[in-house]
Amino acid sequence: MKAETSEFCVNGERLVALLSGALFWPAKNTLIVSDLHFEKGSNFGARGVLLPPYDTRTTIRRLAVIMAEIKPERVISLGDAFHDRGAEARMDEDDADALAIMTGAAEWVWILGNHDPEPPVRFAGAVAEEMQSGALLFRHEPQPVPQPGEIAGHLHPVARVKAETRLIRRRCFATDGERLVMPAFGAYSGGLNVLDDAFAPIFTRVTCHVLGGTGVYPFTGAALVADPPNAVRIDRAAG
Amino acid sequence: MDALTPALPPLFADWFSARGWRLRPHQLECLTSARAGASHLLIAPTGGGKTLAGFLPSLVDLYDEGSTGALATLYVSPLKALAVDVARNVERPITEMGLPIRLEHRTGDTPAHRRQRQKYAPPDMLLTTPEQVALLLTHQDAPKYFGALKSIIVDELHSFHATKRGALLALNLAQLVRLAPSVRLTGLSATVPDPAPLLDYLTPSNNRPRAELIRAEGGAIPRVSVLDSENRIPWSGHSARHALSEVYEAIRAAKMTLLFVNTRSQAEMTFQALWRMNDDNLPIALHHGSLDVEQRRRVEAAMSKGALRAIVCTSTLDLGIDWGDVDLVIQMGAPKGASRLTQRIGRANHRMDEPSSALLVPGNRFEVLECIAAEGAISEGALDGEEARRGPLDVLAQHILAVACSAPFDPDALYEQVRGAAPYGDLARADFDQAIEFAATGGYALRTYERFRRIVKTVEGHYRVRNAHVAQQHRLNAGTIVDAPSFNIRLMSSRARAPGRKLGTTEEWFVEGLAPGDTFLFAGEVLRFEGVSGTDALVTRAPGENPRIPSWNGGKFPLTTYLASRVRKIVHDEDGWSGLPSQLRDWLEIQKRVSIIPGADELLVETFPHNERHFLVCYPFDGRLAHQTLGMLLTRRLERSGVQPLGFVPTEYSLSVWGRRDMSGVDMAALFDEDMLGDDLESWLAESVLMKKTFRDCAVIAGLIDRKHSGERKSGRQVAFSADLIFDVLKEHEPDHLLLKAAWADAAHGYLDIARLQGLLARVKGNLRHAPLTRVSPLAVPVMLEINKETIIGEAQEAMLKEASDALIAEAMRQ
Repeated sequence: MKAETSEFCVNGERLVALLSGALFWPAKNTLIVSDLHFEKGSNFGARGVLLPPYDTRTTIRRLAVIMAEIKPERVISLGDAFHDRGAEARMDEDDADALAIMTGAAEWVWILGNHDPEPPVRFAGAVAEEMQSGALLFRHEPQPVPQPGEIAGHLHPVARVKAETRLIRRRCFATDGERLVMPAFGAYSGGLNVLDDAFAPIFTRVTCHVLGGTGVYPFTGAALVADPPNAVRIDRAAG
Repeated sequence: MDALTPALPPLFADWFSARGWRLRPHQLECLTSARAGASHLLIAPTGGGKTLAGFLPSLVDLYDEGSTGALATLYVSPLKALAVDVARNVERPITEMGLPIRLEHRTGDTPAHRRQRQKYAPPDMLLTTPEQVALLLTHQDAPKYFGALKSIIVDELHSFHATKRGALLALNLAQLVRLAPSVRLTGLSATVPDPAPLLDYLTPSNNRPRAELIRAEGGAIPRVSVLDSENRIPWSGHSARHALSEVYEAIRAAKMTLLFVNTRSQAEMTFQALWRMNDDNLPIALHHGSLDVEQRRRVEAAMSKGALRAIVCTSTLDLGIDWGDVDLVIQMGAPKGASRLTQRIGRANHRMDEPSSALLVPGNRFEVLECIAAEGAISEGALDGEEARRGPLDVLAQHILAVACSAPFDPDALYEQVRGAAPYGDLARADFDQAIEFAATGGYALRTYERFRRIVKTVEGHYRVRNAHVAQQHRLNAGTIVDAPSFNIRLMSSRARAPGRKLGTTEEWFVEGLAPGDTFLFAGEVLRFEGVSGTDALVTRAPGENPRIPSWNGGKFPLTTYLASRVRKIVHDEDGWSGLPSQLRDWLEIQKRVSIIPGADELLVETFPHNERHFLVCYPFDGRLAHQTLGMLLTRRLERSGVQPLGFVPTEYSLSVWGRRDMSGVDMAALFDEDMLGDDLESWLAESVLMKKTFRDCAVIAGLIDRKHSGERKSGRQVAFSADLIFDVLKEHEPDHLLLKAAWADAAHGYLDIARLQGLLARVKGNLRHAPLTRVSPLAVPVMLEINKETIIGEAQEAMLKEASDALIAEAMRQ
């Protein structure tokens, strides 16, 4: 694997965190992405906030680049692939075609999330609430009890880290070696600080593999900094 | 009385003579010009009776013709405090002459019920800010509200005509002139080197005669001196702490002193230090923009009563607020520009015929040169001007939506109207159409939002706002001031539940950097940070503790081009060195011996090794912003040529770059070639956080992102989104989008000083002097001292992430 990745084990399985926010599981030749949130931009448009309607296109392009490079046998989308129930219908035709090509190019698994409790109708792939594969269990929402092998999304973890004199806030993979919470992959998806209460029942001691500009860097313990109280939580996509 | 008096009604003439005043020539000119219905620009030094001259025609008018119950005079000031202060000053003749005129002010602080009343029962004269004008114009009854307007007065026009607020006001003036075609405009301005852009500004329609220029007779030339401290002049820093005892003596010798500093943190430090040496218990106060309004008002009141001996202040007191008998103005640290300094000195002795006196206190050696340059500029009456700026597109987009909120508009007519506003004089129709499309649908090539259009076309081909909700949303977002999120600084009260007193506000990032127990200077006292509650930073008093000093970025101005060129001349002119303080003379003499004294239009580039690193230092004297941009671009180039630069530091005067390899062999002419402003700049900007910051502001101003989405604190799980992510996506798919153009223009103008850098590179082409040295030169010392204080590297964040992580792993692996 290249330098712009970080490797670690979850429940005994060796996993590779990619700079893009996707996860690769070499033993099963599987690529995992979480919280794609297709058509989040156009969801805001309906409410008068005319965000650039290109988030879906960007997300699909980024995913296509990784797929071309890794050529996985299987792709698991870990839920909240579509921002809302109308998202699939709002997709631009070009974007839908590009996604259809990808879902046909590998064995595709749609894990359902709270934003997309119904499976997509136009795109190929198996559909599941959760899925066990080897030592790993894939589901959207991490359970607030010990879950060895759980790979989840939903919370959009970000880490705020102290690097010399500056605080840098970036998306991250959050793990304690037993289980993992994936960063959101969607182009308009921000995140929730791993020190937020929502993570407390999941991890006692968390390591964050932080997505930098050219590399993935592990941080832990005292290097992690909480957000200031009541600061805007950029797209806490829960709820 | 003289022959001028008949211009005034007897009541006014009597009022003048009862005060022992006479109508000044420029006041008469204003009256005559107004009587002819003409618009004019009045240029007068501070103390020239400028405000009265501006209002007099309106007062006489209203007296002659009586109140019609409609708004007759609109006064617009860039500062809330100034609007309030002027209201007080104009109230005086109204009361004393018993004029039947109702005058009110309206700012963001005016209570909602009064603002409501002002809408339904307009006063004769309304004194307000550009933001309030923009807001009033969005209402459907704006044509009626402003239709009877006879006079618009824009105060301190020189200070903001070239800003985004100025651009918005220009558009609104064009709109007002359409609503009230016979309205006359009056601009009030301090002395400027070139009045033409201001006259254009006051002629906001191509169908109106150009505004006339009226100049007040010049005041006496101020007495300016540069403090020649007996103590050692520091090599770097701006605090001028070495000279404080001499400053204190000057305060003691004067009746009333205004002490200007350039930043709020410096104001706090200086104030503290003065109190430590204040054995005479002189009443000395503090005034800056972060302090609570109440606190500021108390200081202002004490000052106008003459109860103070000195006020330590920042640019909050720059503009024409008139509060009493100041006889000395002290400028701590460099003045940064001759016009700014003139303006500050103008605070002293508000009588034009007496010279005001000012003392300049430089904080380091280069600042001594800058102060001497400023002193020379003032004594010649020379000023530096602010260049007019092309009207920003984000402001235009906001304006288009605002116009639609008030009434449907014909796009062709609006285009003509907008081009009447000076900043938009050469607006291309394509840009205008793009702004309309942006206001309607976001202006994306992928036409996703047709059915969510905010403005829709009527059958006549006019545009109207889609519904009342869109208009409401727009009103919440109007204005061009985008505030960074801020915290209140609040004393923790002894009783657990009641909130304590608010001392002022500060930026979010400052509070984020504090840990409980940290101490800092604020409002003149040492405070201990205890924690955060909501948007309050809770503090307790910690007298006697050593403060961790806040360093607010606000209020740092770059050296003006004009003053910079004077400084270069002083350095170059060896014959004039004898007039410099001896410490400075020695410094330059040694520089001459070990390196080179550059000519006035030459750029000296020195290379030398130091502490196992290799340095390249150059001295353009073009201000920190331009040097910072130059540093970014030079390091990119050096990286490509394999020199492995490690970092750079810009100061106001010079730039230092360092790396692992010797740079004396570099082709300097190629390194400093103007073509760096092409691809290098583009590719650097594409990755820079700077564009993201300006993009966020433009997105808010243009109405893409609601203010409430843009960083304001919300409790609970308010869904917001990050402007950075939007920027990345938009740049990928529509690099020519209106908002990206606006963000680029802002970055180039406000943060990169591209125009300045362009001038620099053109000036030094063929005029480079390279001095390969074996050790650091005297001129290089100040910038070398800055290097440990801050380091800005191209991909600094990335490197820091990596190093911090490496250090962490090393620590974890150590047994």
